Amino acid sequence: MMTLTPLATAQPSGESTGNIWDWDFALEIFPEILTAFIQVTLLVTVVGTAIAAVIGLVIAILIRVLPSPLAFIVRWAANFIRMTPIVVQLLVLYYGFTWMDPLLIGFIVFGVHYATYMSEVYRAGIDSVPKGQWEATKALSMSAGRTWRRVVIPQALRSTIPSLGNYAISMFKDTPFLFVISVAEMVSVAQDLGAQTFRYTEAITIAGLIFLAASYPTALLINRLEKRLAYAN
Amino acid sequence: MPTPIDPEAPVIEFVDVEKRFGSNTVLKDLNFSVRRGERVTLIGPSGSGKTTILRLVMTLEELTGGYIFVDGEPLTHREKDGKRIAVSAKEQKHLRTRIGMVFQQFNLFPNMTVLENIIEAPIHVLGQSKAEATAKAHSLLEQVGLPDKADQHPMSLSGGQQQRVAIARALAMDPEILLLDEVTSALDPEVVGDVLNILRQVADTTNVTMLIVTHEMSFARDVSHKVMMFDGGRVVEEGSPEKIFSDPSHARTKQFLSAVLRDA
Repeated sequence: MMTLTPLATAQPSGESTGNIWDWDFALEIFPEILTAFIQVTLLVTVVGTAIAAVIGLVIAILIRVLPSPLAFIVRWAANFIRMTPIVVQLLVLYYGFTWMDPLLIGFIVFGVHYATYMSEVYRAGIDSVPKGQWEATKALSMSAGRTWRRVVIPQALRSTIPSLGNYAISMFKDTPFLFVISVAEMVSVAQDLGAQTFRYTEAITIAGLIFLAASYPTALLINRLEKRLAYAN
Repeated sequence: MPTPIDPEAPVIEFVDVEKRFGSNTVLKDLNFSVRRGERVTLIGPSGSGKTTILRLVMTLEELTGGYIFVDGEPLTHREKDGKRIAVSAKEQKHLRTRIGMVFQQFNLFPNMTVLENIIEAPIHVLGQSKAEATAKAHSLLEQVGLPDKADQHPMSLSGGQQQRVAIARALAMDPEILLLDEVTSALDPEVVGDVLNILRQVADTTNVTMLIVTHEMSFARDVSHKVMMFDGGRVVEEGSPEKIFSDPSHARTKQFLSAVLRDA
């Protein structure tokens, strides 16, 4: 995990002239901000999305197949996680499980928190599979496992991809909350650089632009994926 | 070892069948049986319970009263000490694999190719090898006149072609009983004939027992051994197609036939 190190070398060269934007300084701090982005922000988003996508699907299927009292408990637990702020969840695990690596806490909290959102998306996707598809699987005596794996999930996923992608982007933009458990994600690194030199403009702007540069192509990618997943013609 | 099947015994038997949806009784005191290889067409106005009968045989609807037997074995419930006891899922599946159904809306799996649609259940339910199932699928596609569509997706086919694939998919399971639920009702008029010709050919070349719900009276007349006229969840009249279509004895049958034949 990255740690915040005092920035000894970077000195705002434009301080004397009072420029609002100092290119030299910006270029100097850029690598460090980008490193924090890759090592923390991107990592948490990718791992968190993977966890959320899998657990979200499991939650949606459990709610559908479990006997109603158990399904009720799963739904209640999912609602509880969804209805409490992510910052509180980060802090609870941080202070409750002090032996845990804060980055690991980040994976778990972002993964599970977003799983509860994604489970709702999956649920809508599963509900959108026409009744006739279920009936066809029954008429062919397909097992429940095959029915889910070969018919229901592939068709449900098709309609859920855009929403899942949007939640991934939303998670990405929530990663600055990691600062509350002292993980050096990109924005806190940028803020630190700003604090050391009293030049916040460059640091925060760079962080913002990196967010934009990552989110926008991702959104385009999701769009393309959505089209590719559409059936023939 | 499964009990040997008596060729004379009924392949489907309805005993005191009752079907309610909430407080609405759709079928009541229904008793009839279908012999092996027999093709029976159910006719009657919409809401008369014809489709419900097919759906009960396919176990797509829950039976609320009475018993259905397939090859002499209880499909959903058995009677024990005067009580209805549900049969186990395993027993039911064992019988269900002998029954195939073709739906009004085809219900092909859009995420699979035509070939995958056909071979999925033979491989994973009947345990056939992929090579065996694929060879059979190709010959069935040939039979339904779509030899070159194996790798297409259902959505790229016309309605008539999709229904022909659905027929091939049902036949790939080698069913003893084939349920045809208004299989031409969702099709354009000009392709109805193609689909019916394929079914006529299946009727001519196999000994599969068929339970048919259709509004195509000339098809019903051609392929059926027996026609049953339903109204209000009861059998009004039954007999050979010649008898029912040419000389119906019940006023309700006459009225129904004159209405549908006028449309045709």
